[in-house]
This record gives sequence, C-alpha cells and structure tokens, in this order.
Amino acid sequence: MPSSIKINGASHDIDVDGDTPLLWVLRDVLGMTGTKYGCGIAQCGACTVHIDGNPVRSCVLRVGAVGDRAVTTIEGVAATEAGAKVQKAWLDLEVIQCGYCQSGQIMSAAALLANNPHPDDADINAAMAGNICRCGTYVRIREAIKSAAGNGGRRQS
Amino acid sequence: MMSTCAALSRRVVLQNGLAGGLVLAFQWPLRAAPVNEPEQQPDQPDGQFAPNAFIRIDNAGKTTLVIPQAEMGQGVYTAIAMILAEELDADYAQVVIKHAPASDKLYANPLFGIQVTGNSNSIRSFWDKLRAAGASARAMLIAAAASQWQVDAESCNAANGKVTHAASNRTLTFGELADAAAKLPVPDKPKLKDPKDFALIGKSLKRHDTPDKSDGKTIYGIDAMVSDMKFATLAQCPVLGGKVKHVDASVAKQLPGVNQIVVLDDLVAVVGDNMWAAWRGLDALKVTWDEGPNAKINSTDIWNGLRVESTKNGVVAKSEGDIDKGLTQGERFDADYELPLLAHAAMEPMNCTVRLTPGACEIWTGTQVQSRCQQYAAKAAGLPVDKVTVNNHYLGGGFGRRLEPDMVESAVRIAKQVSSPIKVVWTREEDMQHDVYRPAYRDTISASLLNGKIVAWKYKVTGSSIMARWLPPAFQKGIDIDAVDSAVDMPYDIPNKRVEYVRAEPPAVITGFWRGVGPNNNVFAIESFMDELARKANMDPVAFRLGMLEGTPRLKAALKLVAEKSGWGSPLPARVGRGVSAQPSFGSFIATVVEAEVDDVGGVHLRRITCAVDTGIAVNPDTIMAQLQGGLIFGLTAALWGEVTLEKGRVQQSNFNDYRMLRIDEVPPIDVHVIKSAEHPGGIGETGATAGPPALRNAIYAATGVPLRRLPIDRAAIAVKKV
Repeated sequence: MPSSIKINGASHDIDVDGDTPLLWVLRDVLGMTGTKYGCGIAQCGACTVHIDGNPVRSCVLRVGAVGDRAVTTIEGVAATEAGAKVQKAWLDLEVIQCGYCQSGQIMSAAALLANNPHPDDADINAAMAGNICRCGTYVRIREAIKSAAGNGGRRQS
Repeated sequence: MMSTCAALSRRVVLQNGLAGGLVLAFQWPLRAAPVNEPEQQPDQPDGQFAPNAFIRIDNAGKTTLVIPQAEMGQGVYTAIAMILAEELDADYAQVVIKHAPASDKLYANPLFGIQVTGNSNSIRSFWDKLRAAGASARAMLIAAAASQWQVDAESCNAANGKVTHAASNRTLTFGELADAAAKLPVPDKPKLKDPKDFALIGKSLKRHDTPDKSDGKTIYGIDAMVSDMKFATLAQCPVLGGKVKHVDASVAKQLPGVNQIVVLDDLVAVVGDNMWAAWRGLDALKVTWDEGPNAKINSTDIWNGLRVESTKNGVVAKSEGDIDKGLTQGERFDADYELPLLAHAAMEPMNCTVRLTPGACEIWTGTQVQSRCQQYAAKAAGLPVDKVTVNNHYLGGGFGRRLEPDMVESAVRIAKQVSSPIKVVWTREEDMQHDVYRPAYRDTISASLLNGKIVAWKYKVTGSSIMARWLPPAFQKGIDIDAVDSAVDMPYDIPNKRVEYVRAEPPAVITGFWRGVGPNNNVFAIESFMDELARKANMDPVAFRLGMLEGTPRLKAALKLVAEKSGWGSPLPARVGRGVSAQPSFGSFIATVVEAEVDDVGGVHLRRITCAVDTGIAVNPDTIMAQLQGGLIFGLTAALWGEVTLEKGRVQQSNFNDYRMLRIDEVPPIDVHVIKSAEHPGGIGETGATAGPPALRNAIYAATGVPLRRLPIDRAAIAVKKV
C-alpha cells in the first residue's frame, strides 16, 4: 500500500506490501544498493541500517513496521558525527578488503560509537559479533573503532 | 550475538520476526528504475594513446589503467595499478581504474593461458608483463617529447605524468604527448627500472577501491541495475543431477509481485517485481523432484569411498632417493589425515544479471573468469561468443567460488524464458547447497626418523581432481598438479621422498578450488605430521624443522623470525599451547605461530597469532599484512568449524546459523612481519588460509597432547569433561 518512508533525511513514497523486508525496499525498489543481502535471517549483519540511530537487520524488518522513524543507511551515515569518524578510521587503517560486509560493519560501528563514545574490547565484541566478515578484517575493525573513538588503534606494522 | 539455533530457518524468522499480515493482491509499484550500466567497455581505447591492453591516456592526460585481474578484496587493483604506474611514471594519484572485459587474447593470465584470477598468481605471473607494458608506454611518451624538442631521448625524464627535459627546462604532460606517442612503434624490449629506483612499489599506498566501499557506492554484481529489469531467484534440484518432475505453481502465481514461473529441466525460478516477491513465490512453489541415483548418498559413503581408494597405490608425482630402503632406516611412523568438504560462503551470494536482445547477450556479474563466463553465456544463449558482453564488477568475495560460471549459465537459461532483462540472485541457502565444494582429502604418510632427522617420507594424497574438470589439459598422466602442490615441493631436507596421488571422485558433489587450493590440504597434513615426528624425536617443533631447512633458507629465516616474535618457548598456563607451521607455498615463505587455549569441554580459544612472511618484493606491504590476517582467519574458521555433510544426497548446511564463521569476539591480535626481500614477488592471497589450520592443530597438540588428525577440530577428543 502507498506509504512514505524517511531515509537519510529524505522522504520516499513507496507502494509495497508492508511485509516486504526493508532491505529489499532499499535495494530493489529505491535502488539504494549500499545495504547488502548476506543471509536473510539476521545472522550476518550485512544489511544493518539504523532506525532512529539504533542498528537493526533490515533483512528481517518489515517495512510496514518502520513507520515514521528515521532510517539511516550507509549512503547517509557520513552525515552523522560517529558515522563520519568511523568511515575515516576505516580508510585510515585500510580495513576493507572485498567490502561487501563493510556497509553493515560500518553501520554497526557507527551506532556503537554514537551510543558509547569510548568502547572497550568487550563493548566492541558485543556490538560487532553479529557482523560476519568472510575476508577476515576483524583485527582492523577493532583497531579502527578504537582509532575512531580516540582510544589509540594502531596501524599494523 | 545472534542466536545460532540450528533449527532457525528464514521461514521461522519471518513468522516470528516479521509478524505476517494478510497478503493483499494488488499491483506492485514500479521501481524508480535506477540504472548503473557502465558507460563504455574499457577495451575500446577511449584515449589517444593505447599502446597495450592495460594503458589508455587521453589528450587531457587522463590515464586509465585496465586491470586484467578481478578485485575480490585481495588488493590486486591497487597492486597492479602501482606496477603499471611505477614503470609508466604516471601521476599515481590521478589514475583511473577499470575492470577488464572478457578477453583471453588481451588479458589471459600468463600462467593459465586464459583469463583467470586465482592460485595467488596475479602479481607473480603478471609482474614482468605489467612492468614491460608501463615501461614501453613511458619510452614512447619520452620519444615523442624528445622528437618535438629535437633532443636525445636519453636526456629526458618522466615523472608524475610529465616528460621533462631538464637541460632546457621544458615540460610536456602525458596528455599533450598522447597523439604523438600513439604514432610511434611499441618498443620490443623497453628498459625497466632498477628496483632501487622504485617510487611506488614497496610502499603501503592507499587502496583505490576502498573509499567507495566505505560509503556504499561500490557496485558489485548483485547491485547491477538495468533498465526494465525484473528480479528472479531460483531453486536447483537439491540432489546433484536430479531433475524437475512436477511443479504446482497455483499458489505462487497468485502472490503479489510474482510475474512469472520458469521451469527448466533441472531448476525452477520465479521472476518478480523485486527479490522478496520472487523469493516468496519460490517458497510457495510445490516442486517434486526426480532426485536420481545420488539421492542415496550420505557423507559416510563419500568417506568410505575415499578411505578405500586411499589404500591403493597412487601415481608417482615425485620420487627422490630410495623410499623403500629409507623407510627401513631408523624408526618408522605412520599417520593418516582427513579434511572435509567445505563451502565457500562468499558474503555476496551468487548472482547474474542478463539482458538478451535479438542476436546479443549482455551480462553483469562478479567473476574470477570473465572469458569463461562469456563462453558459457554464449552457449546457453545460443549465440556466438563475440555477441556476449561481460560487465565484470567488484566481487563480494571470490575464494574460488567465482572461478565457476554456473551462476551465469543458469541465469542466461532462465532469461531465455523471460521477456525483460532479469537479475538472478541466489538465496544464501541456494548458494551454500549448490556450491562447488573444496574436496574431501585423505593423506597417508609414512616417515622414518634417525638422529632427530627425517630420512624417508612417503606421502599419498587421495582426493578429487579439480583440474581434471576445470582445466583438463593440466591434468596429465593421472596427476593433479594442484592436489600435490606443496607436497611435491615440501621444504624439508629429506634424502628419500615419494609423493603419490590417487584420484578419487566423490559422488553427489562437484568439487572446486577453495582459498588455499591444493596446499591447504598438503600443508595441513605435512605440518601436522612434522609436529608428531618432532615429539617422537623428543625435539622442540621449531628446532626440529630448522634442522631440515638448509635447502630452503628463506623459510628458515621466516621460521626463526616468527619464533622470536611469538615468544616461542616462553612459559604458558595449563592447556594453553603454541603451534607452528611453515610453508613454501605460492612462491612465498611463511612461518606462523598460533597460541590457543583448550577449555575443559574442548572449546578452543585463539589467544594470539604471529606470522612472518618472505614474499619477495612486497608490492604493497600493507596489503600483504591484510591478506595474511584475513587468510589466517579464513583458514582457522574452517579448522574450527567448517564441514559440509550430505544426507540423502542433500547438503545439510544452509546458512550462517549452521555453517559457522569466526566472529570478531573469537579473533585474537594477529601480527604479521614482512621480511624485506629483492626476490621475484610471490603469491599471498591463499597463504594465510593454508598457514592457519596446521598451526592451530599443533597448538592444540601442545596444549592437550592429543594428535588430532582430522578437521574440523573434534571438541570431544580434546575435552577433559564430558559435556
């Protein structure tokens, strides 16, 4: 049914079944392909977006349940302070390999830092363990989060 | 952490997590039809100066580098651009990078003779060719400038996209020279730089591909958007070789957003307004399969077959000294090792977008084999090969899975039944259950020890031959060169050696290359047995190896370095161990130490990983480190969790809930030490995957005394308490 959804500050009119997961509305209806499909069962985190600043798995969130809450995707996260910091740290430490999971990794990390500006290792584990990276960039993800938080973080040498 | 309940299925999540409302029948909205089709095929020289397949320079000086190899995270776009730009003396910060189109003629991997990215040989095998390509273009640009200035070319120099004649203080940009350079002959043997003058190679320069990957702009194959495209997903017969018997589409057809049901001989597909609609349609199909003879196959059948075959004599792949006599000297030991079938589980599920028009076919995908995809698409479409255009993309992981063209072939077959362009995306479940699996292997080893050294080594690999299927000309005299890689060239000084290969094809699965390829089996078995022999010899595992590495000094140096950096030999708590592995694989010499703890119930906890690598000239040292960090995690993931099993011909694993991946909370610090070297560059992408499992296995051996001989790790065997 026709409705409106607010993504990255802009309103989009959509006309889809309310049961459609937000992931497929973003990707296939609106053409915002930065958010990725990895598993469809909230196991890998590649589809992570923010709803009112909180990380959610868009593959299992029906679009009808979003309502008028603000959706932030990888395409818009740079507009948030934490998002911009995380993206910069990701590039400074050259975290990314194939990159397919990294939209989700960055969204999870940005949400973590927005809510907890100085996470320790346990906080990082709790926030990031839902995001799988098959290239194995975890060591650098941890360092980049610390770097973005101003907790050090080192380039591997 | 998410629930990992084995019973979890997408349907359950939907029922519980997506409170299902009544599905109303109405017209689905149209997409805004965003498209991101590429502007131009990069093999059509868009510059004025195109001296070879890799370099295009236009009048404005825009320098485009066409990269023959696929970028799947390994950093090859950056490394290849660095090599080309180094010898070209381009302004590296300004170069533009493009994916190569399908063409064996222009972009064949020198090692394989076809266009393929794999076996960690992009830099190894393209090194000379790329340097020559850059150097010849540079020589032509300098010759053009020298001619214009009426000076000797030797008196000119190139740097940062400009040619300069210092004596007269004149400068011309590459753009200004492009027209004139294009008219000059391409030099046969251009002068290459002295490595001491390298300005780019050897530096940890930033990757070209990562900025767009950090903000969602990168277009992977799965992101391709073509005008008027529909979305499709498919189900292939769950048993290999099975056929569709009957399809009841009565419910599926009624679902909103479902446009078409496609039934082929061996698969069904649903076309919809979006992936979700197609997927829901697929779930609603009632398909009866004729599963064929493989429906009787269970994992035990595969293992029993492999074990029987492994008792036979194999084809001799390597023989030195007198193995029979050698085995009678000293004390003899025997062991068998087994490695399971594995799935690739690249994060980007298999996909392919197809547009068929009368007389032409265009595809969008991410592949390690562009030209092979073109050939398979052509055959499926019934068109000549030159009527198929392949638009390659960044790959959301390759790991060998995208060395296969099956996702292209099936997508084209489906597209033939559909009037609009379609994007076929596999569900994760389909991806996992219709993989080409890393073969199961059984390795049988006999060795004899005399005075702390191995005097005889008899090694037999039994397993599927991927080469015989994938590149038949490479399968000669019964020997799969991949299956015995790192076994025929094992690094230790042993006077009597014999390596045999027994080809044993498992029923009900197709096998394929998996990151680490043949060596991930052989390095595991060799390095595991090395530790067992060290213990028999009552020697420290590092010292035992060092005593037999005179013939492989680069590995010896790496092993010494890793021992020092890992704190080898320093005291550890109970049930904590360090394990080492050493490998000469892919032209790189790597030694690794894993430190791990085994808890009372057999849980394994990684504490620290240290790695030393001599990969020859390290084009981009930071990429080398990243590849090893990631490769180690890839291999350790498999060692700890990976196994694909079959029941009644069906793969039992389906998604990340039942095919486990290591996660960030399970991964320790990983330190990689890159040894400076002037040798020819080695391969690196596979190496970590190969190095990790034996080092972990040996750490567990050190921690518990249990000599595991099979992967994945058997928790029950190393527990002190019954769970």
